[in-house]
Amino acid sequence: MSTVTTSAPMAAAATSQDRPGFFARLRIGRIIANLALLLIVAIWTFPTVGLLISSVRDADQLAVSGWWTALTTSQSQGASRLGAASTQAEEGGLYVISGDIFTDDALALQAVGITSREPGGFAVGDVIEMPQGGELVVSEDGAYRWTSPVAFEFSGAPRVYYVASEPPVFTLDNYVTVLTTDGVGQSFVNSMTVAIPATLVPILIAAFAAYALAWMSFPGRGWLVALIVGLMVVPLQMSLIPILRLYNGIAAPFGGQAQGYLGVWLAHTAFGLPLAVFLLRNYMVGLPREIMESARMDGATHFQIFTTMVLPLSFPALASFAIFQFLWVWNDLLVALIFLGSQDSQLVLTGRLINLIGTRGNNWELLTAGAFISMIVPLVVFFSLQRYFVRGLLAGSVKGG
Amino acid sequence: MVVQVLNAILAVLIALAAALAYFWGTNWLLDKFLKSDNAAESAEADKRRTAVRPWLFLFPALLFLTIYLVYPVFETVRLSLFNSNGSRFVGLSNYWWAFGDGQFRQSLINNFLWLLIVPALSTAFGLVIAVLADRVWWGNIAKSLIFMPMAISFVGASIIWRFVYAYRGPDQEQIGVLNAIVTGFGLPPQNWITMVPWNSLFLMVILIWIQTGFAMVILSAALRGIPEETVEAARIDGANEVQIFFTIMIPQIVPTLTVVWTTITITVLKVFDIVFAMTGGQFQTEVLANLMYSWMFRSGDFGRGSTIAVILMLAVLPIMIWNVRNANREEGTR
Repeated sequence: MSTVTTSAPMAAAATSQDRPGFFARLRIGRIIANLALLLIVAIWTFPTVGLLISSVRDADQLAVSGWWTALTTSQSQGASRLGAASTQAEEGGLYVISGDIFTDDALALQAVGITSREPGGFAVGDVIEMPQGGELVVSEDGAYRWTSPVAFEFSGAPRVYYVASEPPVFTLDNYVTVLTTDGVGQSFVNSMTVAIPATLVPILIAAFAAYALAWMSFPGRGWLVALIVGLMVVPLQMSLIPILRLYNGIAAPFGGQAQGYLGVWLAHTAFGLPLAVFLLRNYMVGLPREIMESARMDGATHFQIFTTMVLPLSFPALASFAIFQFLWVWNDLLVALIFLGSQDSQLVLTGRLINLIGTRGNNWELLTAGAFISMIVPLVVFFSLQRYFVRGLLAGSVKGG
Repeated sequence: MVVQVLNAILAVLIALAAALAYFWGTNWLLDKFLKSDNAAESAEADKRRTAVRPWLFLFPALLFLTIYLVYPVFETVRLSLFNSNGSRFVGLSNYWWAFGDGQFRQSLINNFLWLLIVPALSTAFGLVIAVLADRVWWGNIAKSLIFMPMAISFVGASIIWRFVYAYRGPDQEQIGVLNAIVTGFGLPPQNWITMVPWNSLFLMVILIWIQTGFAMVILSAALRGIPEETVEAARIDGANEVQIFFTIMIPQIVPTLTVVWTTITITVLKVFDIVFAMTGGQFQTEVLANLMYSWMFRSGDFGRGSTIAVILMLAVLPIMIWNVRNANREEGTR
């Protein structure tokens, strides 16, 4: 304590001695720190923002312009047919065909043409001599008037080509399409079906084991803890082939399917256990010894102590594990791919996205929407329960997978 | 669809009820049958109960671990010595095959590069961001945003980055950010994903993007744990910020740096989803985990698949032993 009290005036003296220099340095340091961090955050979030924006853009606009131009108007080219000769009307000695070349009201005409080689050969309002006879004038909103002193006699309506500017269009259609016709909705339900049991079931099993390892003494306890620490980093790949053979061996005599939800639940439960036991044991060891001992004195059994005291007190650790396990299972691809299979009705979200990459690789409006749907649940969990997640993280990411 | 979720919830309830019934039932049985009214025998029975009870608590967990993790380790090693369907013993020939196989060696080299680059850059970025974020008032917001990729799936992240790397012919408008930047400088657009050997690096970027958040959070906590006096003392001695960072702060967080590094190393060793989603191992980006999947599923060769899994396990083994020894040391001091 004495060192602190003596050093404080010294520090004050040191700063007052070279105050201008110190402050100048401090301020420049601050600015650099702010700018550097801002740059890093921008780089880190940029790809995700691109995904999000692209998922709500109009498919046609997305295909021709980068997402960073989403708020600017884009140019589009198109063609449409003028009215047929039969639609002409006579107005004071002139024969007129009129109408609108746009079906979409949002467009604004920039240039117009009558051959596909020169889709923008004429400016808006120019008088165009038509090869079928007469003169064509197109105004900015797409309305046209084709007039001729003699009656029109041509078969088949002629085409006009146009260059138009289009204001940004945002839509949720991509989400509707990807959820229904591409099966992402079904996969969302499948992911839930996998994740809920695979998160909740290991907790109770792990909690009992963790209590035994933390508060009961028996020969071999140290070895078991070491085993669990070791098992946390065993690559999942080691388990895949034997377990798949095991499932096949069990399913074959009964004529059942080796791949199914039960198999995935059990596999995820087992793969989550080392982390769960480790995390919960570390937490339970830290619970106050006096409470346990006084409860033992009062004649409470281990079972009673566990259910009435340890379990409620361990809530933060249970929550950490639950969040970690849920995100892990939700985001898992490998285990689901192998133990649930790639049948269309049983695909989880990650597997569905892989399929979408294969079949819809260039339909970015659908890929981005699908990816965002798969991210919504983790993001909500993450931003609402970040504190618990961080706690589970250090031990957690050592987990296999 | 709703029925499916209800079934899942029903499964949870059944499983939890079964687990509770087991724990409650076995404890009840233990108390009922290993009990004695005789005082001398009672002490003996108490002792026996104390010896049995931990194993009742541990049994379900140990059963799961044995079936799903311990037994498979031995079984995979055994299968790696057998032919493709496990019917004929072939000795080490799967291992000889592996080291003679071009694709396997390619994966080994790639895994090695991933190991060199990803943990180093993730940790470095994480440390820099942790230090910077401690100095600005919006540091927590910045940390949340950089940490966010940790929450999403590797497949989701792969789609995000596929979009960044998207490529179209030189005469078309580029909708991928990277190619838009490149063409903005007047250079021709590149198909990043097929660009050997740099494409592996572009895949690594995805994992670095994800893991930096992890490194940052853990290192940030470690930096906060550094005693203020040590930094203050150095400042009084005239050390500048850079000197303080390298000579005072870094040495004090070396243990945490090691943990972060090894943790990311394990993640990197087992990287599967990213390669699977981005290239499927094509264009010389193959890694061990993906190669193992291919041999196991596409070719149905369990012998070679197991061999690759064993080699992956051997790569993780040093870290595993180190972890176990650390845990044991902590156990000793407790």
